[in-house]
Amino acid sequence: MQAATLKPLRLALRGITKRYPGVVANDNVDLSVQPGEIHALMGENGAGKSTLMKIVYGVTRPDAGTIEWEGERVTIDSPAKARSLGIGMVFQHFSLFETLTVAENIALALDHRDPPSTLDARIIEVSERYGLPVDPRRLVHSMSVGERQRVEIVRCLLQAPRLLIMDEPTSVLTPQAVQKLFGTLRRLALEGISILYISHKLDEIRELCDTATVLRGGRLSGTATPRNEDNAGLARLMIGSDLSVCQLAPKTPGEIMLELTNMSLGSKDPFGTHLRNIDLRVRRGEIVGIAGVSGNGQKELMAALSGEMLSAYAGAVRLAGQPVGLLGPAQRRRLGLSFVPEERLGRGAVPAMCLADNALLTAAQSPGMLRIGMVQRAAARRFAQQVIADFKVKCGGDQSAASSLSGGNLQKFIVGRETILNPQLMIAAQPTWGVDVGASQMIRQALIDLRDRDVAVLVVSEELDELFSICDRIVVIAQGRLSPSRVPAETSVEEIGSWMSGGFINGNESAAEVADAAA
Amino acid sequence: MNLDALTPIFVSTVVAATPLIYAALGELVTEKAGVLNLGVEGMMLVGAVVGFIVGLSSGSLVLGYLAAACAGVALSLVFGFLTITLQANQVATGLALTLFGAGLSAFVGRSYAGQPIDGAGPLHIPLLSDIPVIGPLLFSFNLLVYGSIALYFAVQWFLNRSHAGLKLRAIGEAPSVSHAIGHPVLKTRYFAVMFGGACSGIAGAYLSTALTPMWVEGMSSGRGWIALALVVFATWKPLRVLLGAYLFGGVTVLQLYAQGFGLHVPSEFLSMLPYLATIVVLVIICRDPKTILLNQPASLGKAFHPDA
Repeated sequence: MQAATLKPLRLALRGITKRYPGVVANDNVDLSVQPGEIHALMGENGAGKSTLMKIVYGVTRPDAGTIEWEGERVTIDSPAKARSLGIGMVFQHFSLFETLTVAENIALALDHRDPPSTLDARIIEVSERYGLPVDPRRLVHSMSVGERQRVEIVRCLLQAPRLLIMDEPTSVLTPQAVQKLFGTLRRLALEGISILYISHKLDEIRELCDTATVLRGGRLSGTATPRNEDNAGLARLMIGSDLSVCQLAPKTPGEIMLELTNMSLGSKDPFGTHLRNIDLRVRRGEIVGIAGVSGNGQKELMAALSGEMLSAYAGAVRLAGQPVGLLGPAQRRRLGLSFVPEERLGRGAVPAMCLADNALLTAAQSPGMLRIGMVQRAAARRFAQQVIADFKVKCGGDQSAASSLSGGNLQKFIVGRETILNPQLMIAAQPTWGVDVGASQMIRQALIDLRDRDVAVLVVSEELDELFSICDRIVVIAQGRLSPSRVPAETSVEEIGSWMSGGFINGNESAAEVADAAA
Repeated sequence: MNLDALTPIFVSTVVAATPLIYAALGELVTEKAGVLNLGVEGMMLVGAVVGFIVGLSSGSLVLGYLAAACAGVALSLVFGFLTITLQANQVATGLALTLFGAGLSAFVGRSYAGQPIDGAGPLHIPLLSDIPVIGPLLFSFNLLVYGSIALYFAVQWFLNRSHAGLKLRAIGEAPSVSHAIGHPVLKTRYFAVMFGGACSGIAGAYLSTALTPMWVEGMSSGRGWIALALVVFATWKPLRVLLGAYLFGGVTVLQLYAQGFGLHVPSEFLSMLPYLATIVVLVIICRDPKTILLNQPASLGKAFHPDA
């Protein structure tokens, strides 16, 4: 730090402005990063963080403003240029090729060529050094979100960058892995590499970052030294007002709504996880959280619950006592199941369709939407408008395409759509992944409200803080098995964390515990 | 049946399969870059007539092949300009290209129809061609047959071993991601389309100078379409394209023999056997949805705007 006056800034942005039709994504933004500094870029969804980073990485060009790299004014007109300067980026929406292997994906982004054999060795070396295990021969399409992110990070590190941009890197890691990653990042910073850390996890920013630049509505809202601030102060800079806190009032759960009994299910995906002896009960009026590192069977479990993957026999899955294991998604929905899938675009919503049409996708069965098989457009639009209003979805109206919404706003819309359908059982997979603080809070509150209305709620999440704050019970999924359940007050992040790496699967003792938990 | 009788069957199988190998391998590379060019039949016909005319008037078949390849490239550039630069619909443009190629070749070749040409003879390779049995079996083909084998190895190596091939496959998979990494999507697609055009042109020239050394209107008789089907049913794998082409060639030859033996089956039915057999066998091979998922270029047939 003391060298700051002698050494030029690693990166300096001055007066960056970028306009899109109808929006100013960045308005006169300044940002400077010292060599070896871990610099947080904070802001809610739509605050302009991604646009700013796209400009730095050469994907988009600013309408006005200058970029200085190590004291010299530069024009970054392509990602290749950015890389040649020494800028690496880990994307939030992964930029991986699904049908190619990890090694091929990495080779594509490296400007110098390595023969496959040495590349594999280098991938393994870097991934082990930084605690990011990846298998270079695996195909990306079979990997979970968390594993894909590891590939992205390894790919960046292989380019030996001098500025590393990380867009929400910890959202898919176990607490232990986050600590490991932080260790890695601190070591990189000591080696003189600057890190631009985009996040809205306030605790992490306070723990890791030297300085923070906060954006709000495309404008610079302030800079701060996170260590000297508390969460409330940082949140205020970010959202401009105080943050509400989730309240979980004590409540006695009612009858069993969802019941899985000793369910095993093989995955059709050659690299998928097989589900083994899953026992799970969710009662009315409780929120059960499933923690775990992605790729441990969450995808398969969700598919088995939503009906996308059928069970071996009808009784494996029971909804309100009724065997539904052989019923498809539409039939299960008719019985009161609502489902918020992990992938917002493509599974939760059709990107090219407008919000009203997207609302119809799952709301078509609700009264008034169809008349003698014909879609009632007005009813569908009213429904969508209600969702938009109730959940404060920022968008151009019910006719805007789903793909035009930011991740957080689209997620609010999907959760809202499912909530308004009056479900008996709500299943939400990663409901707040990549969603900013304000929207996350709202989505969590919506789930709690459902619980208070005696709906059974099942949440799969990789964010332990989230599970600890909203769940009545937490179970852990690891290697396709489910752990015993724990009440948050009676367990610790450490215990859940060790379970996430399979700590509960040990011989007979744990089998007894599993049986215990099912009771 | 003894070996002597089998040799001509084998030889004519290879001879009949060769144009399909050229056309299908060219199309495979085009499709791997994410471009679906349905104009193969049209480019083959133009290649056939240009190869024939240049071969006849210059007296050099090699010149004819070069000209046919250039004609294929020229036609594919029209397609490329429309679909890659102007973002026109690839299916419609490809169909139009086939119609255009058929008409153009008929028009250009009017005065050449039925003229004889000295077709491509077998290449005499010193020593090798003189080996008994193996000589006539493996070393009695014309230049283009060996070329097709070389092309197979080249395509196989390019797609699976070379860095440029990896980039090309990546572009066919996710052009926007490739663009974000900084790969030239449009340029690569142009090259892939041109490669497909050149291969189709040569495939056409092979028809009019080697398979049946003369120009007849519409002489590709659906081989361009079979080549397209081959690529899909071979799940975009060069080796399967090769095998599918030989299967087609084999059944073509066998049904000719069957007709010669005076089998009491309508000859129309026998003539459609090669098309039927090839598709049935390849459909059975590619039933596995996983193989398709892994090998089909995800952006096939979709236009890409770099600025969007």
